[in-house]
Amino acid sequence: MDIKKYIATGILELYIAGLLSEEENREVDALMQVHPELLAEVISIEKAIVKLTASGAQKDIAYSFSEIQDKINRKKTKIVPISRTKVNWLQYSGWAASILVGSSLIWSISQNNQLEQQVATEKQQLKEQIEKASTNLAEAEKLITVFRDKNIISVPLAGQKISPDSYANIYWDKETKSIYIDAKGLPAPPKGKVYQVWSLTLNPLTPTSLGILDTFTANTYKVFTKENTSKSEAFGITLEPSGGSEFPNLEQLYTLGLIASTI
Amino acid sequence: MNLEHLILQFQQKDQKAYEKLYNMYCDSISGVVYTIVKNSDVTQEITQDVFIKAWDKAETYSSEKGRFFTWILNIARNAAIDYTRSKKYKQSKQNLNADFFVDILETNDNLDQATNTIGLKEYVTKLGTTCKSVIELLYFKGYTQKEASEKLEMPIGTIKTRNRNCISELRVMLGV
Repeated sequence: MDIKKYIATGILELYIAGLLSEEENREVDALMQVHPELLAEVISIEKAIVKLTASGAQKDIAYSFSEIQDKINRKKTKIVPISRTKVNWLQYSGWAASILVGSSLIWSISQNNQLEQQVATEKQQLKEQIEKASTNLAEAEKLITVFRDKNIISVPLAGQKISPDSYANIYWDKETKSIYIDAKGLPAPPKGKVYQVWSLTLNPLTPTSLGILDTFTANTYKVFTKENTSKSEAFGITLEPSGGSEFPNLEQLYTLGLIASTI
Repeated sequence: MNLEHLILQFQQKDQKAYEKLYNMYCDSISGVVYTIVKNSDVTQEITQDVFIKAWDKAETYSSEKGRFFTWILNIARNAAIDYTRSKKYKQSKQNLNADFFVDILETNDNLDQATNTIGLKEYVTKLGTTCKSVIELLYFKGYTQKEASEKLEMPIGTIKTRNRNCISELRVMLGV
């Protein structure tokens, strides 16, 4: 093909004007790939036409790409909702999964807390039991030493008319001015009633209260310690209204025992 | 930067590349649109639409269809011609006369200020009347050779060669 002749036909000017058929356009494009002088001619014609057409632009019109960019980007964001709904499914399932994981986590934490609390409670109970046992052991050991102490006066209290089967023992340590009451042989006091321990002098019969056994039910060994500063000749235990009485109700005298040295 | 490369980047939705292309052709597109609609506000609006439309259908362009400039020039001419067929345009038709782009050039101060078009007015007015008419119809108004031959009462073959001669004359004057 004679490229110069081809150029001379004026086809390239029409090519730039956009007036060729699709087939002609393809032909020019193909020829430009192999004939650089054809491409150079096209570029040159295009330059002239760009300048020529630009001369028609009005100077009172302000052009800025940013306005076009704004509209392009606004269009882009308008399209977003479609893909956003797709993303939302992912988000929702993500939330659902995290809620599931979160709630199971909370559940296991609360389970763990419960278990820990249970363990703590059991530990505390065990500790208390151990303490109680050691306290009990100490008390028992103390009682043994009391019973074996030769300086301690042992006073057996026998059951009286109202309760013949009852009995009690009182161990009096004169040195420490204290007594140990072993009330194992007494029945549990009825509700609203309490055993009261009395020191008695016989001539004339004068009772002195040594205190009430208000912890009778709670006390496992039924051994009580009281202070005794009086010159006792006998000990008696009566059943009194709760809180105790000023004078003993002798009709409710359960046990009574004389101190041996006075006999 | 290489034009082919810019166009490729534009087709891959690169806004920076498109801005460069915009700056290269914005005045030309605006000039063509104005020559057809002869209203500054409408021209501004249509020119913007043209570049948005080109962006939206960027992937439809291929070099097989012609030059990128020609492609966007076609979009612009079609948009402007569509407007001239609208009611809005027909209502404001009183201003319409058969201005050649040369008349627009002569009243356009832009030419004296834009460096790349300095002297263009002079050159264009130096072209023969036939050249002015052919150039206006083929480049600004998108007339086919056949339409132009009927309008100018010239054989089709003559349009083609006359146009070639006119553009060559212009190129010599512009030094391109």
